[in-house]
Amino acid sequence: MAEETPRPETQAASAQPSAAKPAPAAKPAAAAPKAGGHGAAKAAPLATLTPDMQQLQQHFGESVIAPAPYVGVLLQDKSRLPEVATYLRDELKYDSVTNLTAVDYIKDGYFEVVYHFQRSTGGEPLTLKVRVPRPQGNDLSEPVPSITPIYAGADFQEREVYDMYGIPFSGHPDLRRILLWEGFYGWPLRKDWHEAYYEGDTKPFDSRWPGGHHQLAEERVPWADNVNYPPGFDPLNFHADPDAGLYDSMAEGVPGLKVVTKNGYGETTTTVLGNGQALAEEEELRTDQIIVNMGPQHPSTHGVLRMVVKLDGETVTDLKLVLGYLHRNHEKIGERNTWLHNIPYTDRLDYIVGMANEWGYVLTVEKMMGIKPTERAEYLRVLMAELTRIQSHFWAIGFLLNDLGAFYTPALYFITERDLILDFFESVTGSRLMCNYFRFGGVSRDLTEAQLAQVKELAFERIPRKIDELEELLTDNEIVKARTIGVGYLPADRSINYSLTGPCLRAAGVPYDIRRVDPYGIYDRFDFEIPVLYGADVYDRYRIRVLEMRESLKIVQQCLQQMEQTKWGDIQAGKKAYNHRVPAGQAYARVETPKGELGFYLVSDGGQNPYRYHIRSSSFINLTSLKEMVVGHKVADAVVILGSLDIVLGEVDR
Amino acid sequence: MSLLGTGILKGLGVTLRHFINTYAEDLKYLINKSAAPQPRPLRRQSPKNKGLVTVEYPKERLPLPENFRYVPFLVLDTEKQEEKCTSCGICAKVCPPQCIWIVRTEDPVTKRPIPQPKEFYIDTTICMNCGYCAEFCPFDAIKMDHDYELSYYPEEQPHMRLVHDKAKLLKPDTYHASIHPLDWQRELADRAAEEAKKKAAAEAKAKAEAAKPAPSAQQPPASAA
Repeated sequence: MAEETPRPETQAASAQPSAAKPAPAAKPAAAAPKAGGHGAAKAAPLATLTPDMQQLQQHFGESVIAPAPYVGVLLQDKSRLPEVATYLRDELKYDSVTNLTAVDYIKDGYFEVVYHFQRSTGGEPLTLKVRVPRPQGNDLSEPVPSITPIYAGADFQEREVYDMYGIPFSGHPDLRRILLWEGFYGWPLRKDWHEAYYEGDTKPFDSRWPGGHHQLAEERVPWADNVNYPPGFDPLNFHADPDAGLYDSMAEGVPGLKVVTKNGYGETTTTVLGNGQALAEEEELRTDQIIVNMGPQHPSTHGVLRMVVKLDGETVTDLKLVLGYLHRNHEKIGERNTWLHNIPYTDRLDYIVGMANEWGYVLTVEKMMGIKPTERAEYLRVLMAELTRIQSHFWAIGFLLNDLGAFYTPALYFITERDLILDFFESVTGSRLMCNYFRFGGVSRDLTEAQLAQVKELAFERIPRKIDELEELLTDNEIVKARTIGVGYLPADRSINYSLTGPCLRAAGVPYDIRRVDPYGIYDRFDFEIPVLYGADVYDRYRIRVLEMRESLKIVQQCLQQMEQTKWGDIQAGKKAYNHRVPAGQAYARVETPKGELGFYLVSDGGQNPYRYHIRSSSFINLTSLKEMVVGHKVADAVVILGSLDIVLGEVDR
Repeated sequence: MSLLGTGILKGLGVTLRHFINTYAEDLKYLINKSAAPQPRPLRRQSPKNKGLVTVEYPKERLPLPENFRYVPFLVLDTEKQEEKCTSCGICAKVCPPQCIWIVRTEDPVTKRPIPQPKEFYIDTTICMNCGYCAEFCPFDAIKMDHDYELSYYPEEQPHMRLVHDKAKLLKPDTYHASIHPLDWQRELADRAAEEAKKKAAAEAKAKAEAAKPAPSAQQPPASAA
């Protein structure tokens, strides 16, 4: 009943839920008939509905909107998704889709696409779920209607779900793989997909102890056994232009581009992309547009980002991004890891702000386990997170100036300050960037007297002085102003629709900061403001970061003063453990990192490892809006606008 | 609205200040070099410094903080001349990239495990320096090192040399004490506390035995267990 055209195997699953489940406890099918076949098969508590969810249910009827297991609502008829999304946006004022992902419930035979809708005025997100039956083998599943025409911010996120799960989104304007290359065989986040050097589904691996003879991974898993080809495919006779689809989507007005493709089954095809030939001959003046690749090896793209821009002269008329050069399937690794193993891995997401990422993950797990960190740990967390924000903004502003052409003088001035903060991190946590400091229910180490003196010197003396100096150097500088004011303008309503978060959104006049709209930690104890500017351009994105550094500094100072009342050394709630078991369930929690909203959507099956580990990465989603910011500007400004977004590829590509 | 160009001039003033401060700081250092409380690298990277911050690595080196962590080593108890490791396997379990391999020793006769590792490998090419092994080791047997200069030329077969076996991993506890003074103090204090506890328990047991004759001695005393 949940799907319009259920496939045979899923019908069987819904008819006999006990056959599909390993532990057929009390069958709740009769108790919750509205939850649909697959939902009923799960012995999971159903979500309690919030007033908004009830309103949704009233409007669409109980057969359409039902409570989902654990959290949110389930949309039974997925063809009505656009209608529901429009209602959410226009009537219930959920104006952005903050997180969009999928989960593979392989035992129950379906994929669940999960949407988190968010109001820009604050509050908890609304969770909406849609189910599609799991297809056979490597086939695509049934399509889900795309909500990109309604929420522009869903664009990259839907492409990611398609890329990782093979769930197509009908009506998506440009549905291609996003993190992997065109031609990749398989859908990596499906539970039956195995990566290269696959050793086991979950860590710790039995081969390590007690009989652990070292063996190199390359020897342990022969390469040939671990690469998947479609049947009949010959890798030696394969030559594709993986960018054919990309260039074709930008081809209007561009001279013809010849592409030769060998498909690996003995067929060779030659195609001409674009329609430029006729155009060039008829016109007296050649006004062809050209496609230029910026990156992935380009110093101004902040890592290995590739921007494909279509230029009319020097003016950008179209822009597409090619991502995934740093992709390592972090989420798959996260599902193999134990809960504890994931903390140091989160440092490697946005490696500039390691501890902010740790907080996001630890917060989500704590929410699921229902534990609370100790007082002192709470203060230490705030202290670290706010210092992280300051050092990240120093870095962002320095490199924004680099992108503007002020080579390295401002950047190095600010990196100096950042390094002094990193010195403090190193002396407390043991590492400058990969801090691995947060633990479930606490932090790993307390401060010593010397470290306390070190951070006080920074927070009360050095950094305030240096922020003033930064402003003296840049804020009134006429060249900075000429290059940045009015550049990269994106108004508030578009920013929200694009799910833009962080300083860029606040520079467009939206006072949206997770520390206030969905508070976590102990931020309610500090006196600070959420600065808002209204220019929505690169200059205001620079200024908002300066203002935020000042506010963060205020928090750090108050934190250091208030911390004196807490008990020294009391940094871990409960007993320190390494083999956590998280109760079955799911949670979505987020923190405000210097880049924006960082969310973790975790699903637990009650075991030692996350069943699903999804990261709502702010850098990745913020990039969705880059095109609209850049189009119409000169190509040199594209670099600056990208710099003002302040992305880190470790988090974009994951 | 300020006069055009003042913003740039103000900015240039900042650069000029940096330039002058660097020489001023160096001059100050030269004048009272003998009385300088700190060596040059430390002074340059202190938050109080206003001039240039660079340190000329590898000629000059900054001291590492005690908590600094790089690939782990095994602690050798120099008194007993044996490793502290009992091959319990916790480090191998908490290791996120699973770079620790341990072979447990078995008694040749009874086939029961002996608390001592037969082989111990850490693949430092995989190690992510997270420090979990040292943090969760209940025996203080594995610690994070301060030696961060691990590199080899290609002809030296780095991929094999960077797999550390037991011989390479073992370092004396005096070395551990020298790089982790605070941690070592804590360890000594823990050990002393444990011994005191044991002693107290033994005394209590002796007292109980003295107070009550034969029958109660058969029961295991709760405090010792």
